[in-house]
Amino acid sequence: MKEIVLIPEELPTIGLEADTISPDFFANKKINEINNLVVFCGNEKLTLGDFFNIKGSVGQRISDIKIIIAGDVSLVKRIGQGMSGGEILIKGNAGMYVGAEMKGGTIVVEGDIGSFSGQRMRGGQFIIKGNAGNYLGASYRGDWRGMRGGEITVDGNVGSETGEFMVGGKIHIKGNCGPFIGIHMTKGLIIIEGDADKRVGAQMVGGTILVNGKTEMLPSFKLEGDESNLNINGAKFNGPFLKFKGDMAEMHSKGTVYVRK
Amino acid sequence: MSIILKNGFVFDPINGIKGDKSTIFIEDGLIVENLKNKNAKVVDVSNKIIMPGGLEIHSHVAGGKPNIGRAFRPEDHERFVMPKTNITRSGSGYSTPSTFMTGYLYSMMGYTTVFTPAMPPLMARHTHEELYDLPMVDKGGYTLCDGNWFILKYLREGDIEKCAAYVSWLLKATKGFAIKLTNPGGSEAWAWGRNCRNLDDEVPHFKITPREIIEGMVEVNEKLALPHSVHLHANNLGRPGNYTTTLDTLKIPKGIKSPRHRQTLHITHIQFNSYGGDSWNTLESKSDKIANAINKLDNITVDTGNIVFGDTTTMSADGPLEYYLQSITGLKWANRNVELETSPGVTPMVYSPKMATTSIQWAIGLELPLLIKDPWKVFLATDHPNGGPFTKYPEIIASLMSSKFRNQTLSEVNKAVHKRSILPTLEREYDFYDVAIFTRAGQAKAFGLDKNKGHLGVGAHADIAVYDLNPDKIDPNNEYKLIKDKFSLAYLTIKDGKIVVRDGKITKVIDGRTYWIDSSTPKNIEKEVYKDIDYYFKRYYSINLANYPVSEDYLTRPTVLKTNT
Repeated sequence: MKEIVLIPEELPTIGLEADTISPDFFANKKINEINNLVVFCGNEKLTLGDFFNIKGSVGQRISDIKIIIAGDVSLVKRIGQGMSGGEILIKGNAGMYVGAEMKGGTIVVEGDIGSFSGQRMRGGQFIIKGNAGNYLGASYRGDWRGMRGGEITVDGNVGSETGEFMVGGKIHIKGNCGPFIGIHMTKGLIIIEGDADKRVGAQMVGGTILVNGKTEMLPSFKLEGDESNLNINGAKFNGPFLKFKGDMAEMHSKGTVYVRK
Repeated sequence: MSIILKNGFVFDPINGIKGDKSTIFIEDGLIVENLKNKNAKVVDVSNKIIMPGGLEIHSHVAGGKPNIGRAFRPEDHERFVMPKTNITRSGSGYSTPSTFMTGYLYSMMGYTTVFTPAMPPLMARHTHEELYDLPMVDKGGYTLCDGNWFILKYLREGDIEKCAAYVSWLLKATKGFAIKLTNPGGSEAWAWGRNCRNLDDEVPHFKITPREIIEGMVEVNEKLALPHSVHLHANNLGRPGNYTTTLDTLKIPKGIKSPRHRQTLHITHIQFNSYGGDSWNTLESKSDKIANAINKLDNITVDTGNIVFGDTTTMSADGPLEYYLQSITGLKWANRNVELETSPGVTPMVYSPKMATTSIQWAIGLELPLLIKDPWKVFLATDHPNGGPFTKYPEIIASLMSSKFRNQTLSEVNKAVHKRSILPTLEREYDFYDVAIFTRAGQAKAFGLDKNKGHLGVGAHADIAVYDLNPDKIDPNNEYKLIKDKFSLAYLTIKDGKIVVRDGKITKVIDGRTYWIDSSTPKNIEKEVYKDIDYYFKRYYSINLANYPVSEDYLTRPTVLKTNT
């Protein structure tokens, strides 16, 4: 695997739309070609080289590329959008839409990330060592087809409406989460090791949510009893847990929520 | 500017020209016999097809509903984006395109006239504001009359004279082009949570039936001698087994004479009204029954209402239908009540080729134009965006021209289509002449605009489409992909004598005419009706009567068509 390092230089004070920072765009290009990749700042069309000092070597194939962003890119959006392979390591905070529509490969963020990250994700690994904003692994605005596959792991906390309209894949949150986690979910798995804010799984019709901390369930969920020693997709949780079915406010709902007793 | 279009293969059905090689002279926005100007621009279009500009008979491009669709489907706008150029604005939306882009997209396909079929009177101002921002094409709107309290009242009283005077006022006030009925009676019943699925179901509180509304409005339409006939979205649409209702509806205008040489009833998106079976599991095509009935009648025209596989937005003034669709799909839904007038709804829809129902719907949409013998009775429309976006028209044209293309799609869709539809047994193929009727000449006649639209004779508006297809060389059955591509992007589109599209790219942005109707009715009856209008507005409407009519200032190039009774 060949490493290419992007050192942020003069970043703008408004958002930078940089969906070109992705192994799919870098593959088989020379450093000067990568410098010339297009980014948008407001309505201005600029190049990657205007904002980053780019060094290292580029792999021929997508899977051979590791992009390292050495610094804080809080206002840089869409890093790794739609990537199908390779690796991105962000050694700081990143902006919104990181890993949106990601199909494969790995993204590791050492800091925090903005909202709508992992939107409509289809595959790959997305690891966030800090906190995530709102709408992590959610659908596009208005769409009813959200995250489809892949795995998101967050070491910190997440905002509201995580996994909105989720139809597959896995989200693992090691900290706490905001309200409306797994809203409209139809398939997939969400694990929260900390506490969850109100309205877990509102309007869910399928899929599984596990809260290993405290939460307050909606009255439209039916309590089915206690369960211990859970094994969900190979991950073991001792419990004991309360098992809920719902959301009964929807037709034919088969969602499951486990809450630590 | 003068243009000479040289050596093209001309398809001009109104003048009976079937692909003859000839030259067309254009001057001052009209087609002329000889040019006065000696410095005409000569465009060599040898080996290419010349047709009149396309006419759209039914496409929801403006009005309350398309705008709800635009607002509540951001994900649809993400799917299709058009960047701005030096002369065109940017736009977005796959099934609910933004206004400016709608005009560009139609023009790029060689269309020059577009009518939006559902303008609730109270939202006429908004509809015209949207049409104002829809460049490139001539346009107009049909005024919705189905759940209108005045009309229901006058028709119940059997007072055709007063009803005609009211409709005449309404068309003037809304700057409308035709009478549109959507699920007549049913949309008013929907305000009470009910529907009129049969022609003899009574409308709550009005003691009138859909049959009486349709019959009355056809009489009103002919009394006013409007250019277009009543434009009907029939009752019980989109439900298995509804073909019997449709067959009944087809008989209603029998015996009503028109002062004009055209149909007396146009039934729109008839595909959605040609279903047999008693549930979605037993849905089957009854297009043969419907087509047989239409073949026997000469006072009816229809448009197809094809569905196109994929994701689209359904929108209709048929409120109960939209509620019903959303209860099947479970997707988001918007409903609206326009006081005293109508109650539309909007919901997204995914037509999947894997599903039996949508595959059969797709087949019915193609069966009808193949089974109806007289091409002047059936026109192309997807009920944009209900069956699919209008940008998919070329795909439907290619399907009708190539049985090979149809058979290929048949092999990819749900197998149910072989048992419950008759498309696999049909061998007819459209030729370019049929296509010209199906997409432009037929519509022009149905609109009563065939004096200067839909043909290439001397005196017609110079609205012309040139497609890069050589009818001598091409074999549409095998080269359906080429047909699809070339009809998608016109080689040239000429609007009012100006070249506006070249090689599928917009070269000039112009505003089209907006058609509206000024019909006269007896003064003494008008007076009585105005009294009623005044009373109803004071009593029921939330706006003042003076703020209701739309002035010509809202129209681009207002073009009034006067009719005399």
